[in-house]
Amino acid sequence: MEDTVLKLGKYEFNSRLFVGTGKYQTFDIMKEALAASGSEVITVAVRRANIGGKPGESLLDHIDKDKYTILPNTAGCYSADEAVRTALLAREMGISDLIKLEVLGDKNTLLPDPVDTLKATETLVKEGFTVLVYTSDDPIAAKRLQDAGATSVMPAGAPIGSGQGILNPNNIRIILETLSVPIIVDAGVGTASDVTVAMELGCEGVLLNTGIAQAKEPVKMARAMKLACESGRLAYLSGRIPKKLYANASSPLKDF
Amino acid sequence: MQINVNGKNKECPTETSISKLLESLDIDNRYIAVELNHKIVPRKQFNEEILQENDSLEIVTFVGGG
Repeated sequence: MEDTVLKLGKYEFNSRLFVGTGKYQTFDIMKEALAASGSEVITVAVRRANIGGKPGESLLDHIDKDKYTILPNTAGCYSADEAVRTALLAREMGISDLIKLEVLGDKNTLLPDPVDTLKATETLVKEGFTVLVYTSDDPIAAKRLQDAGATSVMPAGAPIGSGQGILNPNNIRIILETLSVPIIVDAGVGTASDVTVAMELGCEGVLLNTGIAQAKEPVKMARAMKLACESGRLAYLSGRIPKKLYANASSPLKDF
Repeated sequence: MQINVNGKNKECPTETSISKLLESLDIDNRYIAVELNHKIVPRKQFNEEILQENDSLEIVTFVGGG
């Protein structure tokens, strides 16, 4: 079955799996896992450059920039101002005007701060960024972010790095019915079936990091996530049968 | 003179440009962004921008993240 490309502003992607570059044991494992995931978009974080020590290897030396679109994040920001500053610095590096906006409310839960997330979305849209915004699975918050001009709204399936999967598929369904921008599930994905669930619901994509990077075999898990994403998408496009309470025989009624 | 780079005090000669500073700190300047006193300095100004006493710099880069 032919699928359409995923459009995010001026960008178009064939792969619907977005993966992070954090928490890998080595750059080599990361590179192999990125390749196995089939992803075209990879996330990176902005941090202070190492000074006064040996110049460390640069992450970007290990990433084929012709092959991947770089999606910088504002992870670790706890206010709109901090997130906007981080986004501006990320864009200044001259690689991407995409931003994965993340404004957190609390260090234990890493749940988004809805008020500052909205403020930062408004500012970054005005600044000309292509804003992909991380949010909770609250349909009203999601709608407000779309109205503020976000290119994609990215509800968490579960808290960041928790690996609990899609905790509230009903909220994700309401978001999908209410919003028109692409919905990408971001965070909480633990294993392949979590990705499939998100895609079967009709999400346009899934973004994950820890589920691959911290698996015992990251490269194998990356491939599992790729297949799960394709599988879930295909099932969604195929139109599943409705759930019924009673049985419905697969063979014709016996007639002899 | 004293300047502050990424939260650390550094001694630096007068008439030092941002480019010179990056060189002296062994920083790979391909994938970085620089803020001077909380304002972003465009890459093309790295050669011209001369540091002053007590300037505060943030030099950031991309690292692994999700």
